[in-house]
Amino acid sequence: MDKLVAQYSRPKHQNDFYSEAEQQELTEGMPPLSLKFALPPVDNRAAFLRAMTDDHSNPSCPIKIAHGTTTLAFRFQGGIIVCTDSRATAGNWIASQTVKKVIPVSRLSRGEDKPSKDPTPGLLGTMAGGAADCQYWLRYLSQQCTLHEIRHKRRITVAAASKILANLTYAYKGYGLSMGTMLAGVTPQEGPALYYIDSDGTRLPGNLFCVGSGQTFAYGVLDANYKYDLTEQEALDLGRRAILAAMHRDAYSGGFINCYHVKEEGWVHHGFDDMNPIFWKTKLDRGEFSNVTSEL
Amino acid sequence: MTSLLDHPSRGETIGYSFSQPTAAPLRQHGFYPYTDNGGSTLGITGSDFAILAGDTRSTSGYNINSRMVPKVFKIGGDDETGEGAHIILSVVGFAADGNALKERLDAVVRMYKYQHGKSMSVSACAQRLSTILYGKRFFPYYVHAILAGLDEEGKGALYSYDPVGSYEREQCRAAGAAASLIMPFLDNQVNFKNQYIPGSGEGHALEQKKAEPLPQETVKQLVRDAFTSAVERHIEVGDHLQVMIITSNGIEEVFHPLKKD
Repeated sequence: MDKLVAQYSRPKHQNDFYSEAEQQELTEGMPPLSLKFALPPVDNRAAFLRAMTDDHSNPSCPIKIAHGTTTLAFRFQGGIIVCTDSRATAGNWIASQTVKKVIPVSRLSRGEDKPSKDPTPGLLGTMAGGAADCQYWLRYLSQQCTLHEIRHKRRITVAAASKILANLTYAYKGYGLSMGTMLAGVTPQEGPALYYIDSDGTRLPGNLFCVGSGQTFAYGVLDANYKYDLTEQEALDLGRRAILAAMHRDAYSGGFINCYHVKEEGWVHHGFDDMNPIFWKTKLDRGEFSNVTSEL
Repeated sequence: MTSLLDHPSRGETIGYSFSQPTAAPLRQHGFYPYTDNGGSTLGITGSDFAILAGDTRSTSGYNINSRMVPKVFKIGGDDETGEGAHIILSVVGFAADGNALKERLDAVVRMYKYQHGKSMSVSACAQRLSTILYGKRFFPYYVHAILAGLDEEGKGALYSYDPVGSYEREQCRAAGAAASLIMPFLDNQVNFKNQYIPGSGEGHALEQKKAEPLPQETVKQLVRDAFTSAVERHIEVGDHLQVMIITSNGIEEVFHPLKKD
């Protein structure tokens, strides 16, 4: 009888660890996508979406989606500098001048930025292109990064995190997503690491990137003055100056200059400052922007 | 040969020509599922309150279909009376989409209370609304939403959204048809943009006036001024002004008359 019972009953501790389904979920390389998106009842969904929301090809489209604009990040000896402007436009309308285009990724409390001198561990993502696309998918990415942290008891590498995002944008190729994002972080495995990911599925590691409609202006300043051996203060100033140049020449960029420094212990916020006083200070004290008169 | 050319339609079916068959190609009727119902909404926060307001006119094209279609809703309260709600939502754009969105958010907030035994915080609700909007990223809600409530510290909280769910916490926001008329007024009167402190310096050294939370009475007056002025210059705004004020004492709703032309 005991033999029979033993044959048909399960081992005592079988369910103490992860169930089979849970184990499979844990070992799967990519998490299943949360793909419960409503789709329009038409043949060509991309064309429908373009007709309704793409104000570039169709200026009179009914739904104007907020777009983000000049962002930059570069590696230097002291870590990574991330700088952005803060303007969001919907067609010609300035939808907001106070957008936070640097989005903390991979933290349990991704919190509102409370001013703090202490570094906060985690990665930083930037936002260019569709504001909602960047916000939503970076939120999804921080969820995946946090899960990674819990499962593997160590922080995710920037390479792995950027690949989750790139695989995701590649899977949605042709659906009309619009995002150009940079992921920056310092991990024990990689040191300071910087990746560029966009909605075409591109994923590039690199030292220096500028993304958005003002990218060319920012590249101009950055390429002229960039050295790997910059001090922290010099690097922050260079980042700000490049964003300022882009705000000055690109109509889709403006507002406030947002600056972050990513170091080994985490990222530090270095201000969200109105561009106007900075512009006049740069002009009057350092003699730059001589194309603008200072008469009142 | 000539006889064949006299009947081109036949010629094609027989296959003497390389032209395509004349059967109509597969064509789809234009799919335009949206109507702009006009109107405008506006939200301002203070240190211990938040105000959300909207006009009640509903238009389509140049027709005024109704003079009493409210755009501001209580979220998470009783079905009929809205009693017990602690969050308010305004939606402007396509009223049908707005209504569907309101119903969904309301259901979510109430389910949250049943499941967790506590009411949803405004920041959580704000993020949930973003996710709901993004769920229709490829077939968007044609709405511009504003969410308001009190945060964990009891301060007024206001979140504004684009149609596909990008969101931001702000001090004030105008949305809808007259947004471009109201928002610059708000920038100047709430955030004191382009206002300087007299005598604080000469020329470029002149100091910018710092924004600070406004008292409730001032904000109420600003809201009414914004709308009476918008009515003067926008055809889709008018009839009544619906104002909801959320404080630690609950939600107060008032209607004011606006011009009906």
